[in-house]
Amino acid sequence: MSTTATLPPKKVNRIGLEVQAYKGGKTTLCAGCGHNAISERIVEAFYEMGIEPWKVAKFSGIGCSSKSPAYFLNQAHGFNGVHGRMPSVATGAILANRHILGIGVTGDGDTASIGMGQFMHLLRRNLPFIYIIEDNGVYGLTKGQFSATADLGSKLKTGVVNDLPPFDCCALALRWGATFVARSFSGDKKQLSAILKAAIAHRGLSVIDVISPCVTFNDHEGSTKSYAFMKEHDEPLHEVDFVPSFLDISVEIPEGELREVAMHDGSRIRLRKLARDYDPTSQINAIQALHEAAQKEEVLTGILYIATGQPTLMDMLNMDDQPLATLPESKVRPSPKALEEIMEELR
Amino acid sequence: MSITEVSTAESRLGSGRRITNDFSIQVATVNGSGSQTANTVLMRAIFQMGIPVSGKNMFPSNIAGLPTWFTIRASKDGYIGRKKELDFRVAMNPETAREDVMKLESGAAALYDEPLKLDGLRSDLHFYPVPFDKLVVPVCPEARLRKLVRNMIYDGVVAQLLGIEMEEVRKALFKQFGARKAKAAELNWNAARTGFEFAAQNLPKKDPFRVERMNATAGKIIIDGNAATALGCLFAGVTVVAWYPITPSSSLVEALIGYLKRYRIDPETGKATFAVVQAEDELASIGMVLGAGWAGARSMTATSGPGISLMSEFAGLGYYAELPGVIVDVQRVGPSTGLPTRTMQGDLLSTALLSHGDTKHPMLMPSSPRECFSMSQDAFDLAERFQTPVFILSDLDLGMNNWMSDPFVYPAEPIQRGKVLTAQDLERLGGFARYKDVDGDGVGYRTLPATPHPAAAYFTRGSGHNEKAGYTEREDDYMNNMDRLAHKLDTLRSYVPAPRVEYREAAQIGVICAGTSRYATEESRDQLRSEYGVETSYMRLKAYPFNHQLSEFIRRHDRVYVIDQNRDAQLLALMRLELDSEEIARLRSVRYYGGLPIDARTITDEIVRQEEL
Repeated sequence: MSTTATLPPKKVNRIGLEVQAYKGGKTTLCAGCGHNAISERIVEAFYEMGIEPWKVAKFSGIGCSSKSPAYFLNQAHGFNGVHGRMPSVATGAILANRHILGIGVTGDGDTASIGMGQFMHLLRRNLPFIYIIEDNGVYGLTKGQFSATADLGSKLKTGVVNDLPPFDCCALALRWGATFVARSFSGDKKQLSAILKAAIAHRGLSVIDVISPCVTFNDHEGSTKSYAFMKEHDEPLHEVDFVPSFLDISVEIPEGELREVAMHDGSRIRLRKLARDYDPTSQINAIQALHEAAQKEEVLTGILYIATGQPTLMDMLNMDDQPLATLPESKVRPSPKALEEIMEELR
Repeated sequence: MSITEVSTAESRLGSGRRITNDFSIQVATVNGSGSQTANTVLMRAIFQMGIPVSGKNMFPSNIAGLPTWFTIRASKDGYIGRKKELDFRVAMNPETAREDVMKLESGAAALYDEPLKLDGLRSDLHFYPVPFDKLVVPVCPEARLRKLVRNMIYDGVVAQLLGIEMEEVRKALFKQFGARKAKAAELNWNAARTGFEFAAQNLPKKDPFRVERMNATAGKIIIDGNAATALGCLFAGVTVVAWYPITPSSSLVEALIGYLKRYRIDPETGKATFAVVQAEDELASIGMVLGAGWAGARSMTATSGPGISLMSEFAGLGYYAELPGVIVDVQRVGPSTGLPTRTMQGDLLSTALLSHGDTKHPMLMPSSPRECFSMSQDAFDLAERFQTPVFILSDLDLGMNNWMSDPFVYPAEPIQRGKVLTAQDLERLGGFARYKDVDGDGVGYRTLPATPHPAAAYFTRGSGHNEKAGYTEREDDYMNNMDRLAHKLDTLRSYVPAPRVEYREAAQIGVICAGTSRYATEESRDQLRSEYGVETSYMRLKAYPFNHQLSEFIRRHDRVYVIDQNRDAQLLALMRLELDSEEIARLRSVRYYGGLPIDARTITDEIVRQEEL
C-alpha cells in the first residue's frame, strides 16, 4: 500500500546532504526514553524533506524534553529558554526573521503547567511554528512528580495516585486556534514521521502531542503514559501518509478508503481509513472524538485537525517579506524630512 | 477650619507686589470631565507667548469621577521642575475644594465655582468667584456637553486675570482640536471668550501674578517623554516591539505604533518594516524581545516597575546568554493598587541587578525629552554592540507630562549593529567560537539563525556554556565566562553617555542626581547660592554602570549629596557597590518619596538642615 513513506535508498537527500548533516549531539537522556526516538524521527523528517538545516531554529524551555534540541540538527541554531516561556522566544525570533523554520520541543510540565499561558496565546496567534510536546505525564529532571497531563487515577512509582483531571493539550490546541493538531506515540515510527513531515509543510502553527514514556519515573503498572499502556490503548484514527510536493506520485486509490488533504505548498496528506471515516478538517468532530476516546480510555493518534490557508501572524501584521532583522538602515530609519515634519507638529 | 490660623500673612495681600512670569497655576477638577484640553490650551497659550512653561498632570488610577490636578508653571528663569508653592488655584472640584484652598501659599489667588463659597475659608487669599453653570448655558445649548465646555470658561477667566493674550488662547485651542473638530473648537472658543468677558466686567484684578510676552520659547516644541522615547526608537530603526499595557508606559508604545504606521510602511510594497505584538504579559513581552534580538532584530518593550519584576528571570537569561534588547522602564510607585499614577525613581536597584546570579544591567537615565530621544537610540546601539539587555529608566513625571524642549536633532551616526558574522565571514574564518573574547573587549562574535552556512549554528543556553557555546558545568568554564562578562560591562562604562559635570571653584559640597531629579536639583543649587551663599559642584549621572568620573567628583568634595526619589536612597546604594570606603563616607542622602516630582525647596531645606546652615 505504501506509496510515499520510503524514499529511494540514496545516501544523500534531494539537496545533496547526508543524514549526518541533520544529526545532533549525543543524547544524555535515559536509555529507552521516548524523547530519543522523537529526536530520531525529527532528524529523519528534515533529512527526507530536504530542508537546509541552517534554515531551522530550535527552541525549548526547561525539562528533559527541552534538552533534546541539542540531540538533533547540529547545523541549526538552538535556544534553550526559561521554563514554560519558549513560545515567546520563538515568536520573537520568527518575527525577526520570517524565513526561519522554527521547531520547538517542550514537555507536559513545560507546557501544561508553568507554560500554559504562553502556550494558549501561541495558539491564538497561528505563528508558523512546529510545537512538539513530549508528553510523559511526569516531571523527570526533578525526579518524578505528576504533571498536569497525568491522567486521573494514574499512579506514581511511590504509589501516590493522581486525583486531578488532566489537561488534554490537543483539545486546547483545537479549541484555541492551532491550525494543525496531531497526537502520536514515540514508539510509532511510521506515523510520527509522516506527521512531522506534514507539520514541516504546514503554513501555520502545528501542535503535536507525542506520548513519550519516561522509562525511569513513569513506565510502571498504573501509569497511563507507559509503553505497555500505549500498546494496549493506542487507537490510530487513520494511517497517515505524507506526499511531499517534490514527489510526483499518482496511484489509483479505491474511493472511500482514502482522504486527501492538499497543503499550500502542493504537498498532500493521505489518510487511509481504519475503523472509522474521520474528517480531519472539522474542529467539532475532532473535539468530540477526543472526548469519546477519553471516556473509553483510548489514546487517539493521528492528524486530529488541519486547516490550510488560514492567516498567520505575519499576515495579520502585514509584514514585509524580507526578514526584519536584516533590513538596511534606509528601510528602518526615517528621513531627516520626517523628523522635521514631526517637530513642526509639536511646535 | 478657623481662618485665624493663616491670617498672620494677611499683610501680603494688597502689598502692590507684581510677580511676572514666575508662578504656578493649579487646576483642580475630576477626571473624565474633559479638563485636559482646557489645561493644555492654557499651557500652550503661555508657551506661545514665549514664556518658559511646564505642565504636570497628577491624576488618579481611575476612568472618571476622581480628583485630578494639573499644574502649570511659568518661569522666566526657565525652571521647569515642580514648584512646591502654589500661587494660582482654579478650584472646580467640590470634593477637594476646601483642601485645595487651604494648601495655597499666603497671597495666592483662588478662582472657584461660585456655589462652593470658598471665600470664607481664608482671609489671606485673593478670591475670584465664577458662576460657571450660569455662564455655560447660553454658550452651550446642548446640556450634555456643558460638563466639558464649562472648563474652557476658566481658560478665559484665567487669561483675563493673568494677561494671557486671547489670540494665543484661540490658536492653541484650534491647534488642539485640529481641523476635523472645527465645530467643537468653535463651541469651546465661545466658552473661553465668555469667561474672558465675564472676568473683564466682574472680577477686578487683585492678585500680583501676571504674564508678559517674552522670547524664550521660539522654535521649541512641547512633547511628553514617552512620545520622545517612541521617536527615538523609531529613528533607531526598531523592528520588533512586544509589550503589555501598564501605566505609565502604555502611551509610549501607543505613540510608537502611530509613528511606525506613518513612517515605516514600505512605500513600494505597502508592507510593514516592523512588527508590534501586544503580548499576554510582561514575561512574554521580554521573551519576544530577547528572541527577536537573538535573531537579529532591533527589539524593545516598554513597561513599569511591576513589569520589570515579572521580567526578572528572562533578564538574567538575556545577561548570561548575551542577548540584545531594549527595555524602557517608565518608573512609578509600587505594586498593585495604590499610587500607580504617581512618579518615583524606585526601580534603580532592582533593575541594575535584575534576576538571580551575578547579573548586572546597563541603565540609561534620561532627564528630558531630548535625552529620551537620543538615549533610546544609544540603547539600541549599546544592546547590539555589547549583546546584552539595556534598560532605559524614565519615570512617570518625564514620560507622561508635557515638557518644553529644543527640537530633536537627526542622528549623526549610522546605526551600530555590533559583531555579527555573515556566511561570507564564516567561509573566510572557517568557524567561530561564540563566547570567545577575540578583541579583548569582552564581547564575542555572534551569528544569526538562518545564516546560510554549516558552521553558523550555535546553541544558546543560560549560565553553563564554554567559549564554543558547548554545554558545561565545569567551574573553570563558568568562572572564565563570568570574568569575561564583568570585563564586558567594564568596557561598556566608556560607551554609555558620560555624566554632566560642573565643578565650582569654591564648592566644598557636591550634589549628584539622575533623571528628572535634575530640575529640582539645579533650581536648588541656585537657591543655595542666592539664599545661603553656598556654592555646589554638580554631577548628573546619565548611565549605569558609572564611569571613573564618579570617584573623581566625590574625592574633590568634602560632602556629596545624592538626590533620590525613593525612600531607601537607591542611587546612593548603587554607588556604594562600586566605591571605596573613603568615598562612601563622603556621601549624604536627600530623599523625597511622596509620589510627586521632587521640588527644589525640599532639596534645599534638607541640605541646609544637614549642613547646619
